[in-house]
Amino acid sequence: MNRWIEKQRHLIDFTASSLARRKGKSLGLLVVYTLLVFVLASVSLYTHALRNEATRVLAGTPEIVLQRLIAGRHDLIPPGYIEKIGRVRGVQKIEGRLWGYYYDSVLKANYTFMVPNDRRIAEGEIVVGPALERSRGLAAGNGISFRAYSGELHTFIVSEVLAHESELVNADLVLMSEADFRRFFAYPEGHHTDIALWVANPQEVRNVGLKLINALPDSRPILREEVLRTYASIFDWREGMMLALLSAAILAFGIFAWEKAAGLSAEEKREIGILKAIGWETGDVIAMKFWEGFLVSLLAFLVGYVAAYVHVFHFEFSLFAPVLKGWAVLYPSFALTPQIDGLQVATLFVFSVLPYTAATLVPIWRAATTDPDTVMRS
Amino acid sequence: MLELANIRKAFNQGQHNEYWALKGIDLEIPPARVNVLKGPSGSGKTTLLTILGCLARPTEGRVRLKGEDISGLPERFLTEIRRSTFGFIFQQFNLVRGLSAIENIILPGYPTGTPRARLVERAEALLADMQLSHRRDAKVEWLSGGEQQRVAICRALINDPEILVADEPTANLDSKLSAEFLAILRRLAEAGRTVILTSHDPLVVESEVVDRVYSLRDGRLIEVVDTRRAWP
Repeated sequence: MNRWIEKQRHLIDFTASSLARRKGKSLGLLVVYTLLVFVLASVSLYTHALRNEATRVLAGTPEIVLQRLIAGRHDLIPPGYIEKIGRVRGVQKIEGRLWGYYYDSVLKANYTFMVPNDRRIAEGEIVVGPALERSRGLAAGNGISFRAYSGELHTFIVSEVLAHESELVNADLVLMSEADFRRFFAYPEGHHTDIALWVANPQEVRNVGLKLINALPDSRPILREEVLRTYASIFDWREGMMLALLSAAILAFGIFAWEKAAGLSAEEKREIGILKAIGWETGDVIAMKFWEGFLVSLLAFLVGYVAAYVHVFHFEFSLFAPVLKGWAVLYPSFALTPQIDGLQVATLFVFSVLPYTAATLVPIWRAATTDPDTVMRS
Repeated sequence: MLELANIRKAFNQGQHNEYWALKGIDLEIPPARVNVLKGPSGSGKTTLLTILGCLARPTEGRVRLKGEDISGLPERFLTEIRRSTFGFIFQQFNLVRGLSAIENIILPGYPTGTPRARLVERAEALLADMQLSHRRDAKVEWLSGGEQQRVAICRALINDPEILVADEPTANLDSKLSAEFLAILRRLAEAGRTVILTSHDPLVVESEVVDRVYSLRDGRLIEVVDTRRAWP
């Protein structure tokens, strides 16, 4: 066993020195390979973190949101609906919500105006999301005017800016009092945008949804798990788009790597001949080449993955963010919680290290099985 | 030590360009002697040397090493024998460029799994013996022809082989370096190693260092002459 380990150490030593002797080829390959792993790992780390972020943020949201539909379109909830739902069994808490969109012609961006149920905001004051803080240069104590759809100008004082942690969903948010909201949008008294319902037993959520449809046939219950699924599929779709765009680059790398790995230079063939003549077995030569492929791809994988980690979690995915985030006009800016998924790492490892290692072995097999006496005649 | 019985070797056998390089060779290589295979180009010297050194298998005939038939052994066992019993010196030296002298010397020791420290120690002793210690870490392409050859000899000796095989070893050396090389061979033979070389260089063939000369022509052994020492 010791001899075997010692032999592998010798082979790795020789491989490392071979790579160092062929700096141009080795470095070129390493750079391209690392770049590829970097791009793939960036995309997968980012989408994975985004999905988790969305799940984390939505964890505190209601199990069911009830909307009213007229002719298949979203309409306001008229008075009396909340009282009707109160009689559905399994519902722990009900809240009528007020929210809507506002188009800011200055920034050419949409904001989400909302009345929070869990906090009180004084009339004439607003709480804004981080994107507004950035794009409109707002801070606590500043005043800002919005022109309502009626043409009237309303002025508010910013009392607070929301935390950056959940910027993925609160970037464009403007929170205000109920009175201000109704005045600003000329919202009819007693009406709500939708109704939020909390269900105590998670197994009961679907049943409650069915009961709601029966009780209020013009309503549409939206379950939290459906929202989560939608988020996930949006991120998956974007990830797929990104990978489709990158597929040409991946293919180009594949061809490049195959050519580099599969093509043995005359110098390399000569070396293999010498090694065989001085007593190396075919297996030794193949093991040496295996280590070469493995070391190059492992190094590329490690460097690429670490670089991707830094890119995603420390530099906010700055290279590809616009493609994957896409949030109206106001891009959320937020640092994701660093996390690594074992399965994801393993998948990337298998698809990057193994094919290259295998590609180095195919041509070497032929070269290594040539008769050692050929070196005598070269 | 080494015996060949009715050795025949064909290239491209069964094809239109089939060629018989050796046409029935019987010979015996005695131990601890310097043996030379001589003959013109195409006489079959190198082919015979590759068979003697277990680098190639004969098409027909038997090779016996210390009385044991090794001609039918699979490649793996043949490699093992080649590694432990033979040391090779090639005409072009065949050193690995980009590696230092000492790294080249220890290369044949890698597959044996011998610890690096022991290989380096042995290589340093060989370099000292060849008065080449000062070139230990020089890349082989920076060495002179004579130095390269001495590195090649050290490499051939790293696994402490009983038999040293050299193909046209003086082809790239001037007369002075050839004489030095022959002196090294003499020392090795006196130390108990068997030396087999091919050459058509008169300086080698007629050297007093050589014990026995085998003359080849057209793939046949035409003469065997004992030249120097008295045979036991």
